[in-house]
Amino acid sequence: MSVIYILITVSIIVAIVFLAAFITAVKSGQYQDSYTPSVRMLFEDEVVRDEKKREKEKEELTTVNKQS
Amino acid sequence: MEHDEKNCFHCGTPCEGVEITQDDKNFCCTGCKTVYSILAGNGLESYYELENTPGSRPKEINSRYDFLDTPEIAGKFLEFDEGTIHITQLYIPGIHCSSCIWILENLKKLHGGIRESQVDFPKKSIRITFDSQAVSLKEIVVLLASIGYEPNINLQHLESGKSGSDKTLLYKLGIAGFAFGNVMLLSFPEYFEMEEFWLEQYKPFFRWLMFALSLPAVFYAAWDYFVSSCKSIRSGMLNIDVPIALGIAVMFIRSVADIAFGYGSGFFDSLTGLIFFMTIGKYLQQKTYDFLSFERDYKSYFPVAVTRISGSREETVQVNDLKKGDHFLVRNEELIPVDGRLLRGHALIDYSFVTGEADPVVKSAGDKLFAGGRQLSGLLEIEATSSVSKSYLTRLWSDRTFGEKKEDRYKSLTNTVSHYFTPVILLIAILSFAYWFFTGYTDVAFNAFTAVLIIACPCALALAAPFALGNLVRIFGNTKFYLKNASVLERLAHIDTVIFDKTGTITRGNTSAIAYEGNTLDADEERMLKSTLRNSSHPLSRQLYAILDSHGILTPDAFEEHKGEGIEASYTEKHIRIGSARFAGKEEDPDADRHTSVHITTDHGYRGKFTFGNMYREGVSLLFDRLSRQYRLAILSGDNDSEKGKLEKLLPPGVQMLFNRKPQDKLNDVRRYRDAGARVMMIGDGLNDAGALQQSDVGVVIAEDTNAFSPACDAILDASRFRDIPEFITVARKGIRVLKVSFVLSFLYNIAGLSFAVTGRLSPVVAAILMPLSSVTIVVFVTLLTNFISRKLK
Repeated sequence: MSVIYILITVSIIVAIVFLAAFITAVKSGQYQDSYTPSVRMLFEDEVVRDEKKREKEKEELTTVNKQS
Repeated sequence: MEHDEKNCFHCGTPCEGVEITQDDKNFCCTGCKTVYSILAGNGLESYYELENTPGSRPKEINSRYDFLDTPEIAGKFLEFDEGTIHITQLYIPGIHCSSCIWILENLKKLHGGIRESQVDFPKKSIRITFDSQAVSLKEIVVLLASIGYEPNINLQHLESGKSGSDKTLLYKLGIAGFAFGNVMLLSFPEYFEMEEFWLEQYKPFFRWLMFALSLPAVFYAAWDYFVSSCKSIRSGMLNIDVPIALGIAVMFIRSVADIAFGYGSGFFDSLTGLIFFMTIGKYLQQKTYDFLSFERDYKSYFPVAVTRISGSREETVQVNDLKKGDHFLVRNEELIPVDGRLLRGHALIDYSFVTGEADPVVKSAGDKLFAGGRQLSGLLEIEATSSVSKSYLTRLWSDRTFGEKKEDRYKSLTNTVSHYFTPVILLIAILSFAYWFFTGYTDVAFNAFTAVLIIACPCALALAAPFALGNLVRIFGNTKFYLKNASVLERLAHIDTVIFDKTGTITRGNTSAIAYEGNTLDADEERMLKSTLRNSSHPLSRQLYAILDSHGILTPDAFEEHKGEGIEASYTEKHIRIGSARFAGKEEDPDADRHTSVHITTDHGYRGKFTFGNMYREGVSLLFDRLSRQYRLAILSGDNDSEKGKLEKLLPPGVQMLFNRKPQDKLNDVRRYRDAGARVMMIGDGLNDAGALQQSDVGVVIAEDTNAFSPACDAILDASRFRDIPEFITVARKGIRVLKVSFVLSFLYNIAGLSFAVTGRLSPVVAAILMPLSSVTIVVFVTLLTNFISRKLK
């Protein structure tokens, strides 16, 4: 039955891990601005697509230049 | 990508016959087109895909940010600077949509020197990391301004320094929650009192573990209660923190004694639960509106630096360093930071900040100029006649009313109640101790004494106010009435006098009721009038331009603006003069009313005049009618009494009206009302009301645009909710009533708990049930009721 010592210790350690995770989250400012990240996460794709598009345009331009 | 053909692709303003196009897109001005070409040239067209017409029209920059070239001044805006990496945080009021976030976080594509930029949308600020060798702070500010996101850089920002937001309460919340959850789990076996062998065996282990877990909760998360109660005892005012701290301390000591001597399991579960709930309450109370500032004074309006002329040298100095006798320059659209004498330049000064008078005044060389006026036409050279803090307007802030914190003037309802609550509880505890002690049960006496203090710990009482008032503040915020904190709500419920400012408060700030008197203008003349006004930047011209019907735009062959007099233009053979009576060739009428008017003369001779009257907000008379039934009303106006007759007709009888009130007069008027015992709500809009707002019990600022600057106040009301002021006051009153009922409820819980406590029969289980039960029911009760009483607001 002394396994209960191990079990309780493990459960407390798990709880401490979560507490530590919470504290690091606060420290990194996650609770300061809870709106902007929700908008920001929708951007990345567009930026990448945009760059690809530009590269494609550049390629097209160079091919056009070569042709002429 | 849909957009109205006639509206500007960038900012959405109607183009009105202007032909500025690029890439088949219409623009309203070259500024907007420039922004578009900057963005398009850098592959940032996505800006226009996220939202339609997201931009704002860029303003002229000229050399307004030259002061950032001075390293000492620029250094004050840096948050971090090591080697060549600098970090700055700038406040940009123009941030309003997801396109804004996108473009501002892609700044590095516009300038290679910018490493990273991060937007904080609720605070409308941006944090920029940049390489100081590749780009300077000034270049960044100019870049932002050139794409229509002009940062706001002011004196208050400079003096307040870097404010790190407080995260400790969140840490405390986390720790308290952690302790509460684990202690609750560990104390479960004890609740069932099973006489099981193994559980008996591990009791000490469980109990000492609970003790260990409660330590951070008591000594870290709840520490503020001990500090605050010590302070309040020293000042002789027993606030709500005293019984709470007492309860926590007694609970902790009793629990330690219980487990040390093996009497029982202690009250660690109730203890940590209490601390956790109280921290939640505190967190809710602390929540504020990030994007609003309630603390602004004149420093927010004033420029950071001016150009001082010493001999033939021009140098940038901080405004605070200006001394009497210095010569300095004030540019177009800038505020005059210090009282002075005009040396050179055409001065057209808008004193609406200082006096509330809407119309700009013309000054000529040698005239005295007062700090706070905004120059509207060109460059001025001024000799300072005092220093910034001693100027006419800024002297207002040295009044004693600005020295005290408003919250300290009032005792909150919770603290008033606890002032009587604490002695009563102590008395009950001592009486029950004495009873058991003298009847010979010493152990029951100690038990009863501590149990009374534990069960009386006013958890429900202390939670009622944060939840009730916090919820109302949030509901008010959703309906665009932003309160500074919960204390404002309590004060709002007690007011009996409402004082209004006139200009900008009951009238609309930037529009006037314009009436035309004289001979009717023919179509030709109207066209000429509108086309001429188009070229003028004078505020009256702009207002008049906005209301006239368009009959096509003509380009004048000759156009001349006579500063302070009027404008004239000619179209092929025809000629028009618009301006003051004298300028338009009309005899000055000696008993003309004091309304501002614009006179017009064409080739057909004098035609007539446009008169600018105040345009009152919709529903003003209804609002005053409703308020006058319950409250005393008054109007304090910085203007002359030209509108008195109209106001008397518009408003119910009995409204006191005072005109020509200077900022200091307004403050004194409010003080006089308060000294006579009135509880005053002051409603104003500008810096000239700042003293009155601070002196009143509740100072409310009306704002057309909540992003715009508003002076220090207790609450900001969006102009669209102007008519709902009576409703807001009524809801605040009902809210206080709800709070009182919830106090009675929590007293009932206390009495029930005390009946266990005085008889010495309080077991940890009863405490562990009663405490959360009372707190949760009170919280639910006040939340539901406050939602119910404010249902009409939406």
